[in-house]
Amino acid sequence: MSTAASTSATAATSPLRRWSSSRTGVWAGFALAAVLLFALAPAVLSDFRLSMLARYLCLAIVAVGIGLAWGRGGMLTLGQGVFFGLGAYVMAMHLKLADAAATGGVPDFMLLYGDGTVPGWWVPLRSPIVALLAVVLVPAALAALLGLATFRRRVKGAYFAILSQALAAAFAILLIGNQATTGGTNGLTGFRSFFGYDLNDPVNQRMLFSITAGVLLAVVAGVRLLMRSRYGELLVACRDAEERVRFLGYDPATVKTVAYVLAAALAGIAGALFVPVVGIISPADVGVIPSIGLLIGVAIGGRTTLLGPVLGTVAVAWAETSLSESFPSFWVYFQGALFMLVITFLPGGLASLPALLRRRRRERAGVREATTLPGDLVAVEGPA
Amino acid sequence: MGTDYLEVTDLRVVFDGFVAIDSVDLTVLRGDLRFLIGPNGAGKTTLVDAITGLAPATGRVEFAGQSLLGRPVHRIARLGVGRTFQTASVFEELTVLQNLDIAAGAGRSAWTLLRRRPSVPPEVAHVLETIGLADLAGTPAGVLAHGQKQWLEIGMLLVQDAKLLLLDEPVAGMSAHEREQTGALLQEIATDRTVVVVEHDMDFMRSFARSVTVLHAGRVLSEGTVAQVQADPRVQEVYLGTGAGH
Repeated sequence: MSTAASTSATAATSPLRRWSSSRTGVWAGFALAAVLLFALAPAVLSDFRLSMLARYLCLAIVAVGIGLAWGRGGMLTLGQGVFFGLGAYVMAMHLKLADAAATGGVPDFMLLYGDGTVPGWWVPLRSPIVALLAVVLVPAALAALLGLATFRRRVKGAYFAILSQALAAAFAILLIGNQATTGGTNGLTGFRSFFGYDLNDPVNQRMLFSITAGVLLAVVAGVRLLMRSRYGELLVACRDAEERVRFLGYDPATVKTVAYVLAAALAGIAGALFVPVVGIISPADVGVIPSIGLLIGVAIGGRTTLLGPVLGTVAVAWAETSLSESFPSFWVYFQGALFMLVITFLPGGLASLPALLRRRRRERAGVREATTLPGDLVAVEGPA
Repeated sequence: MGTDYLEVTDLRVVFDGFVAIDSVDLTVLRGDLRFLIGPNGAGKTTLVDAITGLAPATGRVEFAGQSLLGRPVHRIARLGVGRTFQTASVFEELTVLQNLDIAAGAGRSAWTLLRRRPSVPPEVAHVLETIGLADLAGTPAGVLAHGQKQWLEIGMLLVQDAKLLLLDEPVAGMSAHEREQTGALLQEIATDRTVVVVEHDMDFMRSFARSVTVLHAGRVLSEGTVAQVQADPRVQEVYLGTGAGH
C-alpha cells in the first residue's frame, strides 16, 4: 500500500480554520456570540428591532435542526413547519387558557366561533408543566412515528421530501378547517401574559429575546457535541451509504429517526418561543411556504455545517424584512432566485465558499508548480 | 471445525420469473478460502446477496447454527456475516479511522454512541496495521487509491468481527503487487474464519484458492480443489469460448 495521498487533510486547512475548531477557538466563538447577543444587540437595537431579531433567532433554532436532519442525515424535510407549528400551537393554547383563567376559563375566540366550552384535548394544557413538556414531546412523538414508518420502508430522497411537504399542507388545512378549536385562518393571537409576565411590557419582551438567544446558544452547543460524537459520524455514514451501514449491523432507520426526532423537538421549542415573541401563530406560519422558507436559509448558509444554517437563516429573514419594507411584493421572487443561484453555483452554501476559494488558489498555484496533490481537492466539509 | 460453517441448502432466487439461482447447495467450512467462479450472469453475486439478506430467496441458509433467510440485513450482519461490494463502498467523507470505528461499533450502547471516541479502539489500531493504512488514519476515505479503498473494506469486515466474509471481486483494478498482498491477507484471515470470494481473475484464483465452486446459469456446475475443477470437462466446456481458465 502506497502512502501517496497521506499529507492531504491537515495541510488543506488554514491556520484560522484550525484555530477556530480548537478548544480555545470554540470557547472564544461562544463568548463572542454571547457578547453580541446579550450585550451589544440589546444596547444598539430598538425594542421593535430586538423583537424582530428574536423572531429570526427562533427560525435559526429550527434551522439548526434542519441542518442536522438534512445536512448530516440526508433527510430533505420540507415539512418542518408542522413540528414548529405543533410547538407553537401548544404554547399558544396554554397562553390562551392562562389568559382566560380570570374570565371564566374559556378563550375569547371560542366564545365567538364555538359553543363556549373548552374541548377536552385543550384541558391538560392549562398546566404550565404539561404545556412545556408537550412543546417538546408532541413534535418528537409525531416525528418518531413518521420517521420509523417511512425510514423502515426505505422511503428517502425526493419521496421523503414530497411526503413531508404533503404533511405540512395537510396540517395547515386541518388547522383552517377547525376554527372553533384552533382559531382557523386567524390562528391564535391576542396573548396578554407569558407565565405571569405581562407581554406588553418592553422589559419582558427584552427578557424573551434573552431567553431565545440563550436557547439558541445552548442548542448550537448541544448539536455541536452530537455532530462530533460517534453518532454524528454514523449519521453522515447513513447519509452517504445507507446500504453499507446496514451491512455493518446497524439499522439506518433508527439512526435517521433519532436525528429527525431531534430536529422536530428543536422546531417545537422554536415554535413555543415564537408565539410570545411574535404574538400570533396562524396556518400561514406553518404550512408549505414557511416550511420551504425555513429550508432556504439552511441551504444558503451551508447545510452540512453547524453555523451555516444559523447565519443563513438570520440573514435571509433579515433580508426578507428589509426588502419587504421597500418592495412589498418583490420578496418571493428574490427568495426563489437566491435559492436557485445557491443550489446551482454553490451547493455547499456560503459556508463552503472559503474552502472553494482556497482550492481555486491552490489549483492556480499547482498549475505553476505542477505539484498538485490529489488529496487537496477534498475536505470542503472534511471531518476532523 | 466447530459449528461456525456456512451451509446453503436448495437455495432458489427468482426475479420476476427469471430464475437467477436454482437449487444451489453449498457448504463452506471454517478455515476454507472458497472461490466462487463462473461466467457473467452465473449468479455469483446473487448468491452473496441472498446469503446476506439483500435478495429474497427460498431454501435454507445457515451459518454457525443460525438460520439467515428472512432476517433483515442488519440482523444477519450482527450474526457475524460481513460482505464487500464490487465497487468499493466506503464512507468517502469520513476518515479511514472513522470508517473502521463505525464498522467496529454495531454493538455499542446509545450512551457510547452519543459521546466522542475517547481513543483509537485497540482492534481498530490493530487492523489499521494489518491493512497497511495506519499512516492514513486521518485521511478521508474518498481520496484513497482504488486498491486502498478495497483494503479498507476488508479492514472494516475484520473490525466488524465477521466470522463469515463474503468478498465480491476484491482485487478488481489492483496492481499485480497489490493482488499478491491481498491474496496473502485473505489466506491469513481465512485461517480462523469462513471466507468466500467471488472472482473473475483466474490467475488470482489459482494462486490463492483452497477450494472452488463453479456456478453456471444459477446452478453449481463443479466443486473441488483448483486442480479438480480445472480438469472437469463440464467446466472446460462452459469456459470454452473464453478459454479454459483464461
